[in-house]
Amino acid sequence: MDPIKVVENAFSTGVELPEFNAGDTITVHYKIKEGNKERVQNFRGVVIQKKGGSTGTFTVRKMSGNIGVERIFPMDSPFIEQIDINKYGKVRRARIFYLRELTGKKARIKEKRQK
Amino acid sequence: MPGLIGKKIGMTSVFSVEGKNIPCTVIEAGPCVVTQVRTMDVDGYESVQLGYEDKKEKHTTKAEFGHFKKAGTSPKRKVVEFKDFEGDLNLGDTVGVDLFEENDWIDVTGISKGKGFQGVVKRHGFAGVGQTTHGQHNRLRAPGSLGASSYPSRVFKGMRMAGRDGGKTVTIQNLQVIKVIPESNLLVVKGSVPGAKGSYLIVQK
Repeated sequence: MDPIKVVENAFSTGVELPEFNAGDTITVHYKIKEGNKERVQNFRGVVIQKKGGSTGTFTVRKMSGNIGVERIFPMDSPFIEQIDINKYGKVRRARIFYLRELTGKKARIKEKRQK
Repeated sequence: MPGLIGKKIGMTSVFSVEGKNIPCTVIEAGPCVVTQVRTMDVDGYESVQLGYEDKKEKHTTKAEFGHFKKAGTSPKRKVVEFKDFEGDLNLGDTVGVDLFEENDWIDVTGISKGKGFQGVVKRHGFAGVGQTTHGQHNRLRAPGSLGASSYPSRVFKGMRMAGRDGGKTVTIQNLQVIKVIPESNLLVVKGSVPGAKGSYLIVQK
């Protein structure tokens, strides 16, 4: 086995994340530390890119009022508790950065039909 | 310092217990075989010679082969001497990664990646000219003056100039060991390490 994989397995949290891709709408439940208290916050938005292998990241974009907010999460972050997939989107590219220029009705993504 | 011979495998990143993302290098260290023990009586100093990674007999000279045969091992590619090993090591003993523990501070020596012929900005960290206007157009990364004119009328020896960069022996001190995986002889070290993937390293405590 590849030695790098051996190391990554030794450090993995064991949390299995569901399969998702660019264009899908997801909710990320992630833990936040405030002082010594820990609570779970949700971030719901559209995945606009996924990159990297086992140490990769994904970017989620949401509209907070009129302002677009993007957050980058590491795939193997120990702070991610759970990921819910709300919608499977139908998009033609892996990085849907054109979404940043669109607002309102134009920023909608067609839903993919599930078999 | 006691140590091992190893090989750079590559880099990755792991999350610590506190949730910090740590960049780290994976090193395959050992297992090394004691190929010679130097003693005060015979050699005038004490040290242990370790060998790492097998090589074929047809690539070994007869003299080398005899040396390894004396230790009762197969011929080794890389042979290095280390001092101050704790306890008695005898000819033919094996030393593994369990020499190191988590949170140990180690020094890693390797040969840095060759950079070819480089200018002074990359090779010696000169700042360059620093301006693109006020008469500068083709000397952005130039070294500037090499010295005074009528006295000494020459350039001092050792003046830092452009030339071959990289490919030198480099030691990085005080790297923290994040994890030791004895089953696969792996050492996970915080930060980077000189050399290309697959190059030999000397890991010392």
